[in-house]
Amino acid sequence: MSKARITGAFDTAVGELPGSTCMGLHAEAAMGAVADAGLRLADIDGVICAYSFTEPHLMLASVFCEHLGIHPDVNFAIQAGGATAAIMLMQAAALVESGQCRHVLIVAGDNRITGMSRDGAVAALSEVGHQQFERPYGISVPASYALVARRYMDEYGATLEHLAAIAVQHREHAMRHPKAQKRGDLTIADVMASRIISSPLRIFDCCLISDGGAALVVSAADAAADTRQARVDILGCGQGHTHEHISQAPSLTDFGCKQSSAIAFGRAGVAARDIDVAEIYDSFTITLLVELESIGFFERGAAGPAALDGALGLGGSLPCNTHGGLLSYGHSGAAGGMFHIIEAVHQLRGTADARQVSDAKLAFIHGDGGILSAHCSAVLGRV
Amino acid sequence: MGIPLPKTNADTQPYWDAAAEGRLIYQHCLTCNKSQFYPRSLCATCHGGALEWRESQGQGTVATFTEVLRAPTAAFKELAPYVIALIDLDEGFRMMVNIVEGDMERLAIGARTRTVFREVDGITLPQGALA
Ligand SMILES: [Zn+2]
Repeated sequence: MSKARITGAFDTAVGELPGSTCMGLHAEAAMGAVADAGLRLADIDGVICAYSFTEPHLMLASVFCEHLGIHPDVNFAIQAGGATAAIMLMQAAALVESGQCRHVLIVAGDNRITGMSRDGAVAALSEVGHQQFERPYGISVPASYALVARRYMDEYGATLEHLAAIAVQHREHAMRHPKAQKRGDLTIADVMASRIISSPLRIFDCCLISDGGAALVVSAADAAADTRQARVDILGCGQGHTHEHISQAPSLTDFGCKQSSAIAFGRAGVAARDIDVAEIYDSFTITLLVELESIGFFERGAAGPAALDGALGLGGSLPCNTHGGLLSYGHSGAAGGMFHIIEAVHQLRGTADARQVSDAKLAFIHGDGGILSAHCSAVLGRV
Repeated sequence: MGIPLPKTNADTQPYWDAAAEGRLIYQHCLTCNKSQFYPRSLCATCHGGALEWRESQGQGTVATFTEVLRAPTAAFKELAPYVIALIDLDEGFRMMVNIVEGDMERLAIGARTRTVFREVDGITLPQGALA
């Protein structure tokens, strides 16, 4: 079977975008990705959307196609929190590999800053907590990840300095990206002196909240001849699901990313050590630390010291989140996870400019939704 | 607007009724002998339906905890800072509580706790106290 390819990629500006709307960001990203592929909208026969906080709707994919004025053969939405973009990619690949579609557009966007405020976004996100058995106790998403962080630090000796090193590395990457939301200097001392949100996590351990949109076109191998960009194949995808609520997680230190990555590596016929660049969901510094070790990029307890040592930098053993990630590039809902995939595409096409990992041939992307609940990984390759 | 109060349902009503009487109850599966929390319509381990309500002694151990300074909603901002912990009860189930009593200097993973009950806006929430 010929593997699906990513033929188009586009992301809008991120940050505070006055005048932006949820559907406007969707439309801009979609038109950009289709143009990037060298296709026309009429070539798109499948559309997958995600979800929105500012314009929530039971049928967001139908709303989007109506907004854009298109009538695809296949159209639906996926909701899996931070895993959504990766799952959209996996589903798009399945649609084109099974012959049901030729060119699938996957698109997400939200104006979370100008459309709802930081307070509003934090309150809305806290609803992922269990209504009866977590939310009455004042749970929030940062508090849930803080529960993981505390346990992880206790079991494996990770330190606040290790977490801070991850935040600083992301900022260093973002400073090389002209579109990144946060590009100011940040030191380990700055992070460690910053305001505590939910101990042990501080404000710089937490992702941004942004306006922004992103889209990709996924094409069947035989349809990719219609497109114009350098070839990027989706070599293998996988998922892992263990719980939704953190109080129900079977482990506080090992998560579904272990399974999702093992499946993706197996289907791609590669191993973690073969990966040239990784773009991994970083809703919090602890998210990335846990995932790097649970996936197997580093031994238990080794990712923190490695981050402190520059291993995640451009010249390191595993350049990671080279655009600056959710921590410093931007995070606008499901589009946040798609920024990781778009950065991987730039790395594989060789168009990552000042952030380019030399001769990047294999990229790993990963999204996690909820509280390390839903995971989806993919291996992408330049062929 | 106050804190989000539990919207009870048929699966969970006995739990909240017991909490109102100052008792912590949980489900125990007679088929596979596992305890489970939160209450469900079936056993999440063996998927059988032979569930029995049992009363917990309320003794447990802190699995992890966090002190929340930046609360998610206005009602919780008034309560902040507050501590959220996951407690492993001796009967073999895990639940989320606030640590509302005891010497906070002793708050640590592995610290022993007992269950206490606190009324908020007309509902009784099981909570944790450092032993
Ligand atoms: Zn059972």
